[in-house]
Amino acid sequence: MRTAFKLAAGIAMSAIAAVSQAQIKPSVIYDMGGKFDRSFNQASYTGAEAFKKETGISYTDFEITNEGQREQVMLRFAQRGFSPIVVAGFQQAPIVEKIAKQFPDTHFVMVDAVVDLPNVRSVIFKEHEGSFLVGALATMKSQNKAVGFIGGMDIPLIRKFGCGYEQGAKYINKDATVLANMTGTTPSAWNDPTKGSELAKAQFDKGVDVIYAAAGGTGVGVYQAAVDAGNLAIGVDSNQNYLHPGKMLTSMVKRVDLVTKTAFEDELNGKFTAGLQVVGLQEGGVDWALDEYNRDLLTEADIKRMGEIREGIIAGDIKVHNWEDTQSCTY
Amino acid sequence: MDMFDQLFSLLGASIRMATPLIFAAMAGIYSERSGIVDIGLEGKMLFGAFAAAVVSFETGNPFFGLLGGIAICILLSLMHGFASVKMRGDQVISGLAVNFLASGLTVTLGHAWYSQGGLTPALTNAQRFTGITLPGAEWLGENIPVIGPLYEQVISGHNILVYVAFGVVALTYWVLFNTRFGLRLRATGEEPNAVDSAGISVAWVRYRAVIIAGVLCGFAGTYLSIAQNAAFQREMTSGRGYIALAAVIFGKWHPRGALAACLLFGFLQALETRVQNVEIPMIGELPSQLFSAIPYIITVVLLAGFIGKAIAPKAVGVPYVKER
Repeated sequence: MRTAFKLAAGIAMSAIAAVSQAQIKPSVIYDMGGKFDRSFNQASYTGAEAFKKETGISYTDFEITNEGQREQVMLRFAQRGFSPIVVAGFQQAPIVEKIAKQFPDTHFVMVDAVVDLPNVRSVIFKEHEGSFLVGALATMKSQNKAVGFIGGMDIPLIRKFGCGYEQGAKYINKDATVLANMTGTTPSAWNDPTKGSELAKAQFDKGVDVIYAAAGGTGVGVYQAAVDAGNLAIGVDSNQNYLHPGKMLTSMVKRVDLVTKTAFEDELNGKFTAGLQVVGLQEGGVDWALDEYNRDLLTEADIKRMGEIREGIIAGDIKVHNWEDTQSCTY
Repeated sequence: MDMFDQLFSLLGASIRMATPLIFAAMAGIYSERSGIVDIGLEGKMLFGAFAAAVVSFETGNPFFGLLGGIAICILLSLMHGFASVKMRGDQVISGLAVNFLASGLTVTLGHAWYSQGGLTPALTNAQRFTGITLPGAEWLGENIPVIGPLYEQVISGHNILVYVAFGVVALTYWVLFNTRFGLRLRATGEEPNAVDSAGISVAWVRYRAVIIAGVLCGFAGTYLSIAQNAAFQREMTSGRGYIALAAVIFGKWHPRGALAACLLFGFLQALETRVQNVEIPMIGELPSQLFSAIPYIITVVLLAGFIGKAIAPKAVGVPYVKER
């Protein structure tokens, strides 16, 4: 009798859960570069897909392809009752601010920028910490003690990546050479693999043998150039080690997927909170990637050393300077 | 690394950047010399790049990829030709239609077939045109100063399409100025009436010209997607078709001039990637924005002041109407 009651209660509970599940309408708006850039935007996609798989709740998404669409799309999503709306990319911040004011009951998640409103959760990553780690590994593995960095569009966020990387590289060897290039100054810099591969080749000619790209779709060209030249590449945002097994030294992963998934789950459980979240190594927001694709490139000693540096950053023994604090890479 | 090595690496990059421009510019010359404005170079190149990547991925053979790229570009050329020659439509509008068609359809098809947001799957080296080392390059590079490294780093080591591009320039020159077809082509672009009264079909000459342009655009697109890169990416031509068109005008519709213009544009693009973050004595580090703007500044200055008046073929853009 008791078990039958429990069973009935269970069924009733799950029925209620199903009803409340059907009520949430999550959505994602990707930035330029597209859903399948194998990098930043794809991470939000992965998170949303994981949520869909676990809960069976489907979501709506949109890929921004030109500046004019941003406002229209966000407005339409809000009007149609989507919530939360996960918005990836700092360039969408002004639009989020505008639309979020008009729809105070809709929840927004702003990734990579800060929008200070009671219905917006802003998530900022400590990319400099993750970049420091991969920079350290780059110098450990560089034969010539020369490592390179290719940024996408020349903006403070990307300078933050570059600066963290440089600090990591110099942490291992003070005399290491660090070359840095930016692909361009317009959004098309996220989508120019040809130029990415030329920039990479130019750095290889100057002796660079490990290269890190934080450049969205442009990175695909950088990695290809590295593979063609027999050098090592470091991926960004998503774990990109699988792109060229054995040629990708590691990836600086930024867990945008977790941010997206958590936001959806919080909404589902009625626990959505607004405000600023800054996630770094300690919070599991950024990290370096170690998997079966790059395992063979590393020795036990390398992995141990990386673990020590990682602990050092978390404990605060290693201070990583954030470019955005001073608008310069002085540390 | 010494100065010569830097210079040679810069020149090598210039040639790689100039190659797609050269193919597209030669395509533009054939088309425009016959009297058909070809603003659709960009779209044809883009579709060619897409087709080459798809066919090469599916068959595993880059040469089939090249054929696929050429085939699709000929098809687009014939569409443009049909609109401009047979239907006597506005050639600029027809060309733009080709560009829009390519821009939209490539991504849509790519997404439908591979579900990677319009990207095509990454190609292995066997599915691409990779660099070839010319005979003796290594030996010369090590043993003969200056000339040896020049040969090793600037001339050798490119993929086969780069060499084909330079061959195409010579061939274009020969065809235009030393063959009967070339004479007729040029005459059709200047005085189609005279060509018609000599009993030669203006339409047939123009169709042949656009078909050749299609073939060359196929080479340009193939180069972008399966030689220089290893996959097709949305809008990967990023304006190269228009730059090639500028090179045609810059070079006064002459293969030699267009080649020089393409090499200049290629050089400027390569320079831009290399001079970032370089300390310049007395001034310090210059902002990367300035270097991104340099190619455009130089283009404007050269076009405005140094090359003189560029005179287009007289009948370019004008549909030919046979008098009755």
